[in-house]
Amino acid sequence: MATETLTTPAPETPLVKQKFTNSTFMRLLRYTALRLVTLAITVVVGVYLTIMIANMGGYVDTIMRNEVTDNITQSIASNPAYRNMASSVREKLIKEKIANEVERLGLNQPFAVRSFRYLTNALTLNLGRAINMTSDHGSKQVRLILLERLPATLLLTGTSELILFFASVFIALSLSRRYGSWFDKLTIALSPTSAAPPWFYGIFFILIFAAVLRVLPFGGLVDSPPPVNKLAYGLNILKHLILPGISVIISSIFLSIYNWRTFFLIYSSEDYVEMAKAKGLPPRDVERRYILRPTLPTIITNFALLVITLWTGFTITETVFLWPGLGITLFRAIGFYDTPVIVGSTIIYAYMLALTIFLLDFVYALVDPRVKVGSGSSR
Amino acid sequence: MKKIKEWFRALWHFPSAVMGLAIIIFLLGVAAYALVTIPYKEAVRLWRGGEEVWYKNPKYAAPAWLNFFSTKKQPLSFTVDSEDGSMTKTVTANSADISTVDITYSFDYTYDGFPDEMILYFTPTIIKKFPFVSISWLTPDGRKIRIADMAVEYKATFRFSQDKKLQTRLNTENVMQALFADPKAETPTPLKGAYQLVISGTTFEAGSQIAAQFVFQGKLFGLAGTDKYRRDLLLPLLYGTPIALAFGLLAALGTSLLTMVIAAIGTWYGGWVDELIQRITAINMVLPFLAILIMVGTFYSRSIWLMLGIAILLSIFSGSIMTYRSIFVQSKESSYIEAARAYGASSSRIIFSYLIPRMIPLLIPALVSSVPSFVFLEASLAVLGLGDPILPTWGKVINDALGDGALYQGRYYWVVEPTILLMITGFGFALLGFALDRILNPRLRDI
Repeated sequence: MATETLTTPAPETPLVKQKFTNSTFMRLLRYTALRLVTLAITVVVGVYLTIMIANMGGYVDTIMRNEVTDNITQSIASNPAYRNMASSVREKLIKEKIANEVERLGLNQPFAVRSFRYLTNALTLNLGRAINMTSDHGSKQVRLILLERLPATLLLTGTSELILFFASVFIALSLSRRYGSWFDKLTIALSPTSAAPPWFYGIFFILIFAAVLRVLPFGGLVDSPPPVNKLAYGLNILKHLILPGISVIISSIFLSIYNWRTFFLIYSSEDYVEMAKAKGLPPRDVERRYILRPTLPTIITNFALLVITLWTGFTITETVFLWPGLGITLFRAIGFYDTPVIVGSTIIYAYMLALTIFLLDFVYALVDPRVKVGSGSSR
Repeated sequence: MKKIKEWFRALWHFPSAVMGLAIIIFLLGVAAYALVTIPYKEAVRLWRGGEEVWYKNPKYAAPAWLNFFSTKKQPLSFTVDSEDGSMTKTVTANSADISTVDITYSFDYTYDGFPDEMILYFTPTIIKKFPFVSISWLTPDGRKIRIADMAVEYKATFRFSQDKKLQTRLNTENVMQALFADPKAETPTPLKGAYQLVISGTTFEAGSQIAAQFVFQGKLFGLAGTDKYRRDLLLPLLYGTPIALAFGLLAALGTSLLTMVIAAIGTWYGGWVDELIQRITAINMVLPFLAILIMVGTFYSRSIWLMLGIAILLSIFSGSIMTYRSIFVQSKESSYIEAARAYGASSSRIIFSYLIPRMIPLLIPALVSSVPSFVFLEASLAVLGLGDPILPTWGKVINDALGDGALYQGRYYWVVEPTILLMITGFGFALLGFALDRILNPRLRDI
């Protein structure tokens, strides 16, 4: 279906066509290059800003340096092994240890220099080592810390967001067919429920299903101790997934259905749809060719943007359900002033976003014959 | 003006809009009441106050109205004082120096549970000699239990449950059960009927007096209950209303107005201004919104007003700037703008008098609909432990409750009360916003 749209006959005569294709190719190339450069600049500036904020422009350095000084002075003062040491020797030891620790944390370099090192490392996806955090297996590699939490987050975001997306598009489509029905009105009436975020419904669900009825767990990923049997382990995780998953779905499904429904309705009141109906085309064909086809770019955009948000996780929902995902890790990283982890999770999101936006332009050209790549640059 | 009247008439046809409007007006009323009755400083003082402010309240008391829904009635908390006449006090002078002071209080106990604690606070007026008091307890079945005999030195506090002598005399650590239980019952059940607390004191010098305050800490307290620190939850529930509304409305207003003005300026001047605005919007999409708020809260300050400013700053350059821009691009070409340009209107005049007013029908629903998200944003930050350190807010109550395991321990009221208020607020604005959108947005008018 996608290749079919590309072969839409061009209005030009064959004589002019040769020249046209050539210039189109150049234009396409120029447009692609320009687009890539702007996106790259956007990513670099965005990531650098995140680095600056993650350090409050160097203010976090002061906090960390004070913390190091405090901790080392305290630990030496309270260690009985050093008690008989002459005070001048002890002073020297403390100074040495502080200098070591400051160097380990990289605080001996000025922040301006360090910020650019963070930036180049981030851009080359060299995520480096965390300052304070460790993964559950004891590694300090940011890559491992993030990878370890990725499955849990993807399980929660993936299942809930995908169900949410497809359920709302399909329900909306069937509602737009039965526009004005009882169920349609119910959906409109319920759409304000989406004003509340998932964690809010999460609290209610925990209260009802975990605290009062005691049928589902309060939170976490698996029971403690976890079941030994692989199948039982999987089922146990699914049981823990129910409440957070349903919270995410409930918190936006009605608004999502409402928006899609309105969107489809606007398209199904177009003249060409009326025309198709008047011609006597079966409703299924009308829907597929005249409603779904023109709305496809929007559906694809929404889906693509949804896929990249899966990566970030839901910080607060994860906190409420004690779900060991990326959102909660990012929150903990901020609490530990762990810039590499914060930057690491931002850069991956930034790259995925830039890539998606870049690819979407081409996807539009594939699914929508009206869009010609590159024609937008001469606006 | 006529148009606004028309909108209001149209609103009337939407029951949901009327409901939303009613909720918002109710919330504004509550907010005004809270601000008038509790000054800002007083609210902060009470909220941050410890035992010295809240000593009269029981810990973890559920709200009093729970008794309506339960067949097992739990005791309510109360406080009586000998000085304001709520306890009977009679002073008889025996001689020039010595006089007896009798303070009694009788009350009907008709509950099915035992109270938490009973406390007596004595405030004597002493010149040289300490007065002496003996406390006794009369049960409905006629038993008289000796509680304590003590000299009242300065400000004295007598806690029934924690008095070791009383515990040994009653032969139990659970003093409340021993004082209220029916001795004939096999399982501990409270004996219902009239109880009497009798304090007979003696003062040994002229001018010496005894004042007593009897604090009865039951299982239930007030309209909203209390938390771990004995604080009356009515305070944060009431005072959280103006804060939530202020945060939501200010953020929504600031964000949507600034977004619109910036979009208008960008479209009008075009060129590099427009390009810059678009680039900033793209960069802003890369920045992690919640993470930045968390960072500011962790590293810098948790002040709610700083958070408000940053939330506005990060929300200005969002997707809606693009939506506005595409509409402005269209209206920039329309003939009335051309006419304005022809007679020499200045750029600022065109932007603020011609371009922006046309957008108000689109702005208002967007503004109203975005209020809940900001109200919930404040609560979300509080749930993460980044709530304002000094202000009583709904989110702080939820955070305290979750942190204390209120859901595990069955103290549901503590979580439910602020969440219901949040829900009502979110609903009110969302309902009104939806209806306004359907009235004012021409694309939706017939759908």
